[in-house]
Amino acid sequence: MTGQTMSEKVLARASHTESVSPGQIVDGDVDLLYMHEMLAMALLPFNEIGTMKVWDPEKIVVTLDHWVPPPTPEIAKMHQSIRDFCRKQGIRRFHDVGDHGIVHQLIAERGYAHPWDLVIGSDSHTNMVGAVGAFAAGIGATDTAAVMAKGQLWLRVPETMRVDIHGTLGERTGAKDVILKVIGTTGDDAARYAAVEFTGPTVKAFPMNERFVLCNMTTEMGAKVGMIAADQVTKEYLAHTGHRFEAIGSDEDASFVKTFTFDVDGMGPQVACPSNPANLKPVEEVEGTKIDVAFLGSCTNARIEDLRIAAELLRGEKVAPGVRFQITPASQIIYRQALKEGLVEVFMDAGAMFTSSTCGPCFGGHLGTLAGDEVCISSTNRNYPGRMGSPTAQVYLASPWTVTASAIHGEITDPRKA
Amino acid sequence: MQTRFQGRVWTFGDDISTDHIIAGKYLGTTDPKVFADHAFEAVDPTWARNVRPGDLIVAGTNFGCGSSREQAPVALKTLGISAILATSFARIFFRNAINLGFPVIECAGLRDLVKSGDEIDLDLAGGEVRVPSGVMLKFTPLPPNVLEILEAGGLVPKLKKELASRAR
Repeated sequence: MTGQTMSEKVLARASHTESVSPGQIVDGDVDLLYMHEMLAMALLPFNEIGTMKVWDPEKIVVTLDHWVPPPTPEIAKMHQSIRDFCRKQGIRRFHDVGDHGIVHQLIAERGYAHPWDLVIGSDSHTNMVGAVGAFAAGIGATDTAAVMAKGQLWLRVPETMRVDIHGTLGERTGAKDVILKVIGTTGDDAARYAAVEFTGPTVKAFPMNERFVLCNMTTEMGAKVGMIAADQVTKEYLAHTGHRFEAIGSDEDASFVKTFTFDVDGMGPQVACPSNPANLKPVEEVEGTKIDVAFLGSCTNARIEDLRIAAELLRGEKVAPGVRFQITPASQIIYRQALKEGLVEVFMDAGAMFTSSTCGPCFGGHLGTLAGDEVCISSTNRNYPGRMGSPTAQVYLASPWTVTASAIHGEITDPRKA
Repeated sequence: MQTRFQGRVWTFGDDISTDHIIAGKYLGTTDPKVFADHAFEAVDPTWARNVRPGDLIVAGTNFGCGSSREQAPVALKTLGISAILATSFARIFFRNAINLGFPVIECAGLRDLVKSGDEIDLDLAGGEVRVPSGVMLKFTPLPPNVLEILEAGGLVPKLKKELASRAR
């Protein structure tokens, strides 16, 4: 038997076979299904399928994240229907408004996903959770209903693409710059249907918050999953759960469909320009572009480490006149931590706005959307036309460093000079 | 299952995202008509009004990339789009469409042979599509497990049937 990649190992385990190969269709037993407001869309097909009960309420996690707090009566009603469903189905791990978070972050920080797990989420950025060594893929409403009913999902075993990263990054440059560089080099569909596995000394040296950024944006490469071998760093991150830790990685003789090697030694900040995540420029080439809005939020880059970066730059500074700088933590746990560390005060002293956790602005849903022709620099993951509001708004994607430096200067700014 | 589709084409380019198809600001409902009314608004605000049931979409690579929002294929299906032919599809959009019983076909080379307004003739079972110049393009048929869902009319009817036969 030839070696297996880590995504193949998880799918073999989940489908109770020795090994699987790319292209094969398997029915995988789902270890964790998690959902946000898409559950409201899945109720109709779920009720129609007619199993009445979910397959296992202990394997389901639900939170509310897209519209928190609900901006319209109709959305408040959607939240009610989700609340009712969780109660009736006995889903204990329902994290209601107040205890909520952007679902991927909530899953990560509460240690709900583990190495070797087949994790299915009702959102495209489920890929993020693969950073713990799980096979974590996003699906839509009907598939969600089917998993709730059966606890299984058919999956095509993906080819694995390896992204091998070497070198020590330049100052004020991080995983966001790396993944933007990767997407800008390979294109926004280079990994369609594939698993992306990050390897190399740069990745091994990244703490979990940075590993999450890498896996999160494999979605913008078209990938089914993004994965990183579970090692000591993963183990320590999950230690608080008390769950037995079992490392996972690809076999040495596993076969990869392609390997991209990146030398990021001394690399500086990168920016994805309107209106495609692959439209990459080094920050030097877009410096000086006037901005109206800066946003630090989303599942991609709104963890406590990102907020600390913002506070470090904002301390003693002011947000540029005419610019609105919004900081939205990825979860309530992060919100509380930011309060404890005094970061919120720094943000407010600088004239930034700090909100409760929600996906709202990232997808143009609510709580800060963009007007026509407004220019925004954002720590989020997508910048397709209309993504954050008006179709004529211009969105630049960048790291927390670059977003915050730009908010202070009112124009896209190289954080190394801030 | 209907396998022959003849209709007018709307063409789109590469990397058409779910944000293009249905913007996030319209997702705060479960009413499919809302999604349909605002489909492709970011590209052309009059588009949804001009679509006729039976029209087809022909696009380039990575159609439906971005979000997992099933509202995107729901919007297009609700408008009566009978099938989408693209050079390639983003994976979640593809699954979502098939699960709704909505034919999505990967057909390389078609995008360059047609323009909006052309009539095409799609033979799903035969695996070919005829363009106005008379050229017949072959495409790789859908994999059997995917075709099975489509033939059942979507994933829900397929699962219902399976449950019923198990109960018997």
